[in-house]
Amino acid sequence: MSAEASTSQNPAREVEGPFRRLLRATEVDTRVVGMVIALAVIWVGFDIAGKLITGNGLFLTPRNLWNLLVQTSSISVMATGMVLIIVMRHIDLSVGSVLGFIAVVIAYLQVYFLPHFFVAGSPWIWIIAMIAGLIIGSIIGAIHGALVAYTGIPSFIVTLSGLMFWRGAAFQIASGETIAPLDPTYALIGGGPYGSIGAFWSWVVGIVACVGVVWGLRNGRVQRNRFHFPLRPIWAEILVGVVMCAAIIGTVMLVNSYYWPRGVINQYAAAHNITVPPEGLFIAHGFAMPVLIALAVGLIMTFVTNRTLFGRYVYAIGGNPEAVELAGINTKKITIMAFTIMGLLAAVSAVVATARLNAAAIALGTTDELYVIAATVIGGTSLAGGTGTVFGAIFGALIMWSIQTGMTLLGFDTPVLQMTLGVVLSFAVWLDHVYRRRMK
Amino acid sequence: MTNTSNSVAAADQKAGTPLVEMREISIAFGGIKAVDHATIDLYPGEVVGLLGHNGAGKTTLIKVLSGAYQRDAGSIHINGEQVDINNPRDAKAQGIETIYQNLALADNLDAAANLYIGRELKTKFGTLDDVAMEAATRGVMGRLNPNFRRFKEPVKALSGGQRQSVAIARAINFNARILIMDEPTAALGPAETAQVGELIKQLKSEGIGIFLISHDLHDVFDLADRVTVMKNGRVVGTVKTSEVTHDEVLGMIIAGKCPPSAIPGPGALAH
Repeated sequence: MSAEASTSQNPAREVEGPFRRLLRATEVDTRVVGMVIALAVIWVGFDIAGKLITGNGLFLTPRNLWNLLVQTSSISVMATGMVLIIVMRHIDLSVGSVLGFIAVVIAYLQVYFLPHFFVAGSPWIWIIAMIAGLIIGSIIGAIHGALVAYTGIPSFIVTLSGLMFWRGAAFQIASGETIAPLDPTYALIGGGPYGSIGAFWSWVVGIVACVGVVWGLRNGRVQRNRFHFPLRPIWAEILVGVVMCAAIIGTVMLVNSYYWPRGVINQYAAAHNITVPPEGLFIAHGFAMPVLIALAVGLIMTFVTNRTLFGRYVYAIGGNPEAVELAGINTKKITIMAFTIMGLLAAVSAVVATARLNAAAIALGTTDELYVIAATVIGGTSLAGGTGTVFGAIFGALIMWSIQTGMTLLGFDTPVLQMTLGVVLSFAVWLDHVYRRRMK
Repeated sequence: MTNTSNSVAAADQKAGTPLVEMREISIAFGGIKAVDHATIDLYPGEVVGLLGHNGAGKTTLIKVLSGAYQRDAGSIHINGEQVDINNPRDAKAQGIETIYQNLALADNLDAAANLYIGRELKTKFGTLDDVAMEAATRGVMGRLNPNFRRFKEPVKALSGGQRQSVAIARAINFNARILIMDEPTAALGPAETAQVGELIKQLKSEGIGIFLISHDLHDVFDLADRVTVMKNGRVVGTVKTSEVTHDEVLGMIIAGKCPPSAIPGPGALAH
């Protein structure tokens, strides 16, 4: 056994370059590095291509990146839930339709139902409608999960049925019409100048996040010290902390350097009796609400997957369902919980989507399931089950949307865009496959 | 066959109550009687080998004890008291631990996560205490396999022997009194097989009772004090390994023929 251990470990150490040594000391996953590099290449590539083709690189501008973050948030919210589903060797094809259905439900409640019980403009109307939407989304997920867990119908079929059923149900409730307008306060959840938190609060978010990073690193050290485990070298610890904080602060600076458009400024100035100075008035957007929601969801889901019993069982079931069963764990309950979370997250996306649109169109979320699955898979989640991270899924969504935005900016039409995304999806999975094989 | 000291020890213990007694266990799958009125027992510090062809009902019988299957009839007694085992949790509560033939490891998780699956340690906030689990895992693995260093890697990256030691570590980490080993050496090389053999002897000396399911007669004669042979779901007979030859045991397995030294069961060939 010792001979085997030495043959499998030593050659790797001999050929280890400085980069690999850095990765090992910092214990950073090589795939995370790979995804960050891929994203950087895509961003810089599109910017340069933009300069060459159209004369100005529109990609790396605060405005484009700010919009990119907002557009990615809906898909990444759902992708974090899809990770759980796919890790458990299931699939959920219904998320787009559930999104559409919940959107219609929320809008219907706000526009047609709740005004019977509250004064017009009462905040309870949108609050109750939103909470009802989230609850109904969870129930729909639980129903899918229960069908998968107890009837033995494959999740592919259950959620394919869901895809048809909930889209139909959305049409039915809305009588085929778009429902609008929604409450103006509710619409702020969708982002836009007024639906962003501004420079000051963005800095607060950033600083809190940095404190969190430092605390997390320190806590990890304290924990490992408790049992006298080997620790990362202190320089590696500091390097990881500095890089993460720099990324956070960089993001804050980015969202704070995208200012309100002049029209909105003038409107705002007029409404608040401010005279716009001749050099112009600059009000930063800061983080948009959908982005904050996506970040919060990402954080919570990372916690759920890494630190809770439920998360551990999700991965264990993905690795070996029989072993989990033999350990006396109720796998059916875990399956239902995972689908419930997926339903809830589809409802969260529905809230963001309806707020952004300030309406519920019945086609809302159509084909979203495909983008969500694609983002999850591009982010390194294996359809064979057992592997995948929330962080990866969010990054997958970001990569996909970057390509989409970049090509749109270069003037490509939708057909070419779809063809490209198709190729990218297969290419990403192939890369991942090659990587995994080499790691073995 | 020269296990005189073991058999004497086993004979001494026979005076006491058995650690486990499975009486008249039956279980059927869709009309096929996989196990038919099987009775077996096990004493503290004893290894009982379960032998028989594929499909003889060994694994099924043992899965009734480990809670994976529910019996249709019969009773299980631990230290003389009847107990109810309806799921793996009940079995574990009785100190019954199982090492399955396929090891039942979640290949994508590391050694500590596998060791504690279903029994995770938690911090005071209710979150997983991975560090504490890793520490305990380092402790128990250090006893079994001192060369083992790959605590951070998913178990699918480990060798057959290392995976086996993770499975064994999981079984003994929780104060098992009764250990069920289903083909523990089937996937192992000679050195690793010897290691498992040493381990079984060590566990035996700690007073743990072990059911050993195996196809390898040499292994069984080496490690077991008694063997129980099954055929077509029924017990052919039980015999001390010191009082039979390989050929006689083979006769039990193949023809269901009981040698004079064996206590015949319902599956024995009528004379």
